[in-house]
Amino acid sequence: MMEFIVSALDYLLGIPFLGWGEHIGFIYKGLLMLVALLVFVAYFLLADRKIWAAVQMRRGPNVVGIFGLFQSFADLLKFVFKEPVIPASSNKFVFLLAPFVTVVLALAAWVVIPLDYGWALSNINVGILYIFAISSLGIYGIIMGGWASNSKYAFLGALRSAAQMVSYEVSIGFVIVTVLLLVGSLNLTDIVLAQAEMGLAHMLGVPWMNFLNWFWLPLFPMFIIFFISALAETNRPPFDLPEAESELVAGFMVEYGSTPYMMFMLGEYVAIVLMCALTTILFLGGWAAPLEIAPFTWIPGFIWFILKVWLVFFMFSIVKAFVPRYRYDQLMRLGWKVFLPISIFMIFVVALVLQLTGWGWHGGMA
Amino acid sequence: MSLTLFFFYLFSTILVASAFMVISSRNPVHSVLFLILTFVNAAGLFLLAGAEFLALILILVYVGAVAVLFLFVVMMLDIDFAELKKGILQYMPIGVLIGIVLFLELALVAGTWVVLPEVVAGSAMPIDDTISNTRALGQVLYTRYVYLFQGAAIILLIAMIGAIVLTLHHRKNVKRQDIADQVARDPKTAVEIVKIKSGQGLES
Repeated sequence: MMEFIVSALDYLLGIPFLGWGEHIGFIYKGLLMLVALLVFVAYFLLADRKIWAAVQMRRGPNVVGIFGLFQSFADLLKFVFKEPVIPASSNKFVFLLAPFVTVVLALAAWVVIPLDYGWALSNINVGILYIFAISSLGIYGIIMGGWASNSKYAFLGALRSAAQMVSYEVSIGFVIVTVLLLVGSLNLTDIVLAQAEMGLAHMLGVPWMNFLNWFWLPLFPMFIIFFISALAETNRPPFDLPEAESELVAGFMVEYGSTPYMMFMLGEYVAIVLMCALTTILFLGGWAAPLEIAPFTWIPGFIWFILKVWLVFFMFSIVKAFVPRYRYDQLMRLGWKVFLPISIFMIFVVALVLQLTGWGWHGGMA
Repeated sequence: MSLTLFFFYLFSTILVASAFMVISSRNPVHSVLFLILTFVNAAGLFLLAGAEFLALILILVYVGAVAVLFLFVVMMLDIDFAELKKGILQYMPIGVLIGIVLFLELALVAGTWVVLPEVVAGSAMPIDDTISNTRALGQVLYTRYVYLFQGAAIILLIAMIGAIVLTLHHRKNVKRQDIADQVARDPKTAVEIVKIKSGQGLES
């Protein structure tokens, strides 16, 4: 028992007492990543509002701090200091559990994201499957919140959301399968490495033009489908039907206020940034520089990774500003009748091309 | 006690406890939520056994899809608990009897169950430690037993088509959306421009 306590202490503190050296700093690294992620999410939120405002020729938040840079932190304080109101007829435990589930699941997926070569907290063999599994669990926060609120609007929002997320997961899954066919590995680091070592630039004899190598070019239709499905999966406009305020007030979040509401919001944005990071890893070459020549290769990989995530997020928020909300049946039609057949067809095409030409990545940890 | 062993006992304890809660909790939605907890802990046990692919597929398929539909249906049911509890004493003796018989049979089977060492050693596909278990599963399913796999797939496809055919009713006289038709509309077919003379109005 004593030995176990010591090893648990090692695990928590990262101090090597008795042969638990491999866990040193795992907790520290995790905490560092968590704090960095939360700060980034605060600025992603601000950027989202600023971009939206710019499209509508408004200023957006500009009072708290210079250019409104501290707006998100002011919002955080506001939410935390408000009184949480729990509806009398709600199922209290599930009601309070739901926001936690959302946040924890959204944050848990970040464990496997490689920010640079070897910079993943946990470089597991089945990384992409892990992310896919964890993000498929994100529905539970929404369903539990909608059901426990004991309100018609919240429940309708939760049901819509469940159907929507299950539908678009299917097409995301098939998009991921096409990428995996090219790479031959479920490891996220392998997926990024494979993009640098095969592709159009190598065929054209200009291997330094790295951005032509990345999978967005050979899999362009899948890139588009993945982007749109990611919008739907994270309940972003134009697919924000679970919280369509013109029909359902605020969907599954109607009864939530103060800190629980903030946790829903936080979980949602962390999931959005996760989808941006996943797009970066699957299609935009991860941490690789776009051109393998001098000024670009001086910049460290994680900076490129963050820049690419910002680029994808910029597209996310531009879509939010430009496109009107989909009607529910249109959303379902797009998912099941358009994306699903196209992505299944593309799996056949990609597999056929790989089989006939012998193209594909033959490295990695198998 | 190593950390692995600790997690094994943690996952197993939560698994058994939540499996018990599935059948004993009063609210069916709570039952489904406990069922999900059971699945997640089973996936944790798979992970400890080194079967990471199976663990994540379990979460993906059972927790991410099947249990969502379960929860979906159960939430929409309007269950009267008083009605459900009415017959419980009446059916109790026979239920307990069946339970005891089942338990004794299981105990008999589990108590005398022995896997011969030769069976493990001479199994059709020995475990290859040099490749990841995703690839190993792929080789077993898609290469070695590909025809059986395809056969199972065809049976599933037929079942799916059967279910759709049984439930699909094409009603006539229902207005349906034709997306291609809507997209193909242009001002010529959709709008009529009429010059209205002042004081006369539009004759129709």
